[in-house]
Amino acid sequence: MTLSALAPQVHSFAVNGRGYALDVNSGALHALDEAAFSLLQREEIRRALASGSAAPPVPLTPAEQEAWAELTLLVRQGTLYSPLAALPDAPTAPPALKALCLHVAHDCNLRCAYCFAGEGGFGGERGLMSAEVGRRALDFLIERSGRRRRLAVDFFGGEPLLNFGAVKELIAYARRRGGEAGKEFAFTLTTNGVALRGEALEYLASSDLNVVLSLDGRPEVHDRWRRRPRGEGSHAAVLANCRDFVARRGGTNYYVRGTFTRQNLDFSADVAYLLAAGFRSLSLEPVVASEGEWALAEEDLPRLFDEYDRLAGLYLAEHRAGRPFTFYHFNLALFDAPCLARRLSGCGAGHEYLAVTPSGDLYPCHQFVGRERFRMGNVLSGDLNEELMAQFRSANVLTKPACRECWARFHCSGGCQANHHLFTGSLEEPYALGCALQRKRIECALAVQAELALDQARAQAG
Amino acid sequence: MKHVVTITTGNQPRAGGGCGECQNSCQSACKTSCTVGNQACEKK
Repeated sequence: MTLSALAPQVHSFAVNGRGYALDVNSGALHALDEAAFSLLQREEIRRALASGSAAPPVPLTPAEQEAWAELTLLVRQGTLYSPLAALPDAPTAPPALKALCLHVAHDCNLRCAYCFAGEGGFGGERGLMSAEVGRRALDFLIERSGRRRRLAVDFFGGEPLLNFGAVKELIAYARRRGGEAGKEFAFTLTTNGVALRGEALEYLASSDLNVVLSLDGRPEVHDRWRRRPRGEGSHAAVLANCRDFVARRGGTNYYVRGTFTRQNLDFSADVAYLLAAGFRSLSLEPVVASEGEWALAEEDLPRLFDEYDRLAGLYLAEHRAGRPFTFYHFNLALFDAPCLARRLSGCGAGHEYLAVTPSGDLYPCHQFVGRERFRMGNVLSGDLNEELMAQFRSANVLTKPACRECWARFHCSGGCQANHHLFTGSLEEPYALGCALQRKRIECALAVQAELALDQARAQAG
Repeated sequence: MKHVVTITTGNQPRAGGGCGECQNSCQSACKTSCTVGNQACEKK
């Protein structure tokens, strides 16, 4: 399989009434008027453009003739139906770790019904990571990071603030060891916000950690699932703590990250709620579940697509009103995008990124934790299943037949392997519902970034 | 052009890519999905 075997491909799509064309291999993006968009919807036209034909295959109206001439020019310029330059097949960086997810607490002070982590315990015993296990994990990361300078550590759980002492100790240790080894650490901590008070609040607010705050949006949406062990809702306390934290932080380096489920398919209303509550850095993610009243189903897709369109409209309206906000999946880097090697290598789970449990067990990522077949080793014993690691390294967008053909291949890079395995039993066969949502998110991201670029061009011209 | 506005001509792969210094895609704010297209290149 060589890259040049990936056929030239154009994906044309519409978001909120405007048409766009993405040239898959080059990453070129074009905004289209109605004549150009409707031409690209026609199979015989697409075939003729892809084959480099100079003359249209069918009679066209005068407006269509003009659009045809413009589209053929783009083909000649290499920004429509472009071939992929021949390059090596595989990711080019030598095997090396660059990130760990430290499960510092397999325990939680909430009992969220939809939690993929089994309400904190990941299907096993509840427990906290000792500082010794954490230090060994950080040593392991540094030792296996090769020439990579920038390393990342996520403090995750369960609820990591249940083991706050270890978090502080491990950050200090990583900085010291990183300094000695010439490595630079970036830290992320994901918290449900319940214990984000007092010393933890002080420490995190004055730190440079990226903090991810779990808050689902409207009170009734959040409290439907995110309850305390005795069953009470957590929204009021979490909202207050998160607002306090973000205010103390001066609004920097955080995300409010919510989950939407089948019970709030109108999730753009939750984005609007979070904006009104004062948060400007948001991520709302589809629940990961194959069953339960919260699980998303294929029949929900049309409604969810409408919601993403609505969210794209809200995103642009807020930007244009001088109140920009960040939505994680719309942060598409159009102009400073990653290299092809990166786009091929996917998320890095299982070879660049590993998760560590409180007992030091290693898994390909946080979502694989507890799936025994995927236990890869242990940081205390030092054993590591190199064969499984190689399997993850080689599972890239080219090895997945459905991904190889997909227009979104260089933006999603093969998708979430843990989700694929959960839903299809295979790392190679994508999770269809997740793919459909991913493609829609990418369309909306391309559309909003295109519109913002057009706004900027108009402002500069005007 | 009258019917098409090019937003970006894309970035056909840069030679010497794959330094590996960019962030992992699932780290900062999703944890349940994967998007690589939004990871900015860190190669300076």
